Amino acid sequence: MNTLSTVKIAVNALSINKMRSGLTMLGIIIGVAAVIAMISVGSGAREQISKQIESIGSNLLMILPGAATSGGLRMGFGSTPTLTSDDAKAIAQEVPDAAYAAPLLPGTAQVVYGNQNWSTVITGTTPSFFDIRDWPVESGAIFTQRDVDGATKVALVGKTVVENLFGDEDPLGKIIRIKKIPFKVIGVLSRKGQSPIGQDQDDSIYIPVTTAQKKLFGTAFPGMVRIIIVKAVSPTALKDAEKNIAALLRQRHHIPTGREDDFTVRNLTEMMAAAEESAKIMSILLGSIASVSLIVGGIGIMNIMLVSVTERTREIGIRMAVGARGGDILMQFLIEAVVLAVIGGSIGIILGVIGSWFISHFAGWGIAISPMAILLSFGFSAAVGVFFGFYPARKASLLAPVECLRYE
Amino acid sequence: MSPLIEVENLVKIYRMGNVDFHAVRGVSLAIDEGEFVAVMGASGSGKSTFMNIIGCLDKPTAGNYLLDGQEVASLSKDKLAGIRNKKIGFVFQSFNLLQRMSALQNVELPLLYNGSPVKDRKIRALAALKSVGLEDRAYHRPSQLSGGQQQRVAIARALINNPALILADEPTGNLDSQASAELMTLFTKLNKENGITIVMVTHESDIAAYADRHVYFKDGKVVKDE
Repeated sequence: MNTLSTVKIAVNALSINKMRSGLTMLGIIIGVAAVIAMISVGSGAREQISKQIESIGSNLLMILPGAATSGGLRMGFGSTPTLTSDDAKAIAQEVPDAAYAAPLLPGTAQVVYGNQNWSTVITGTTPSFFDIRDWPVESGAIFTQRDVDGATKVALVGKTVVENLFGDEDPLGKIIRIKKIPFKVIGVLSRKGQSPIGQDQDDSIYIPVTTAQKKLFGTAFPGMVRIIIVKAVSPTALKDAEKNIAALLRQRHHIPTGREDDFTVRNLTEMMAAAEESAKIMSILLGSIASVSLIVGGIGIMNIMLVSVTERTREIGIRMAVGARGGDILMQFLIEAVVLAVIGGSIGIILGVIGSWFISHFAGWGIAISPMAILLSFGFSAAVGVFFGFYPARKASLLAPVECLRYE
Repeated sequence: MSPLIEVENLVKIYRMGNVDFHAVRGVSLAIDEGEFVAVMGASGSGKSTFMNIIGCLDKPTAGNYLLDGQEVASLSKDKLAGIRNKKIGFVFQSFNLLQRMSALQNVELPLLYNGSPVKDRKIRALAALKSVGLEDRAYHRPSQLSGGQQQRVAIARALINNPALILADEPTGNLDSQASAELMTLFTKLNKENGITIVMVTHESDIAAYADRHVYFKDGKVVKDE
């Protein structure tokens, strides 16, 4: 008996009970669609996270001022400003593992241009910052060390700020007012997108750190900054850089041995990797929950095949009487189960792809449907057919012909 | 002429709960090639069990059974399936056609299980239908055919592999007298012209009259053979 005619017989048999076959398939359809959708959602999320990690830059360390302890009252990170622009300069010069270091002094202010105004984050920094973040200008130029040294009133604006303040106008060379102080726009930064915590990184203005310290925000003491970010020369240099920076800062801040650091060094790459790892675990979790429904679908197939075997006992008897061997009957029912599962699986794949397209569309992610996941679900549904179809098929094949013919 | 069927001390015991039920208690019988035998007896006399055993649908508890010179009582299930396919054609009281298939597909069924090429199947099935006078009903479903026509489809199915033996279990049981007479004419023709051995179970003496030899069963034994 060849396979093609067996498949034909199976399709025929399934089309007799269209409603029943359809409902049985539904279990597999839902299972496969769920697996594909969940895997796609998971990998979409992971892709999103790696994109955000890329947007932040790689091999980054972040140095925050330490927690102040005054009279037993611990006040949290940054409560005592201890970092200065000179710390950043010293790290860049004295720690060989640090490729760049840039101080950051952010603040929020109202920005005015013509009759438009917009509240955004103004960050004072140095040109190194744009190397660390790998963030080029779209037009114009990044301010120079000279601008930093001279505390000039120049600004680099992000795309969101441009859209809100200038509309279609070319911002280059225009004067904007931040807290009534005029700044000249010398560059527009290229689009960076969302940060891992969901901030719009393009809604920002960058000015020389000295200008921010002396003219815009003012500082508790000269040269104070809020954060220093450092880019290590390589991923393997991160650990050493972390250690050496800590040692350098302890020395610069005159911290005697035995006392706590007045700063904290954080490894951003490690944090991102942890986020990526949790996304991976999430997608495995979602996938395994979805595959439970695939198993339930498989049990549905087994159930229906058992009913079918009982219903068609007489047919089995007739086939055996005219010469069908046990193996022929086994194949007939097994292929029926596999056909059921594979058709269900195919429909499920289509629905799963559509479903994940919808989810990624509304979540604003790129579609990440891997051919691997599709192939895997297809193979998996066929395997479910074989696994759950085998028992009923074997039961049918072991029936005695006499009993079957006598069955009413 | 060598016997086609030769059984010796055939015994079949069914176990029903804790009680053994002796359906056939030591039957010895020889049927020659080309014979037309009617098997008669009350229900429960063991004739159906006997038919199942000589049809290789069931195995005897004890005794020997030679079919065409081959010992079959000890063969495996798959071997028995092969013998049913090639050497035996079955005709049942309730026709036993597959309802959702056409007459042609029903006749093709045995060919499905002996590796006949797909092209051959249709030609041979149509020829078999023609030999029972139903070539114009090939694409009808069993439900669209009369009882007599359905039984002729069943006979075409039985004939498709040119078997040496046809086993008919009350073939006229569900037919009116006209259809019964036509069927028996067909059986007689197959027996006399094609030399096919026919063993037929029946209750009706006028149907049995078509046969050349009558075997009577009672309580699992042959009581009369004439």
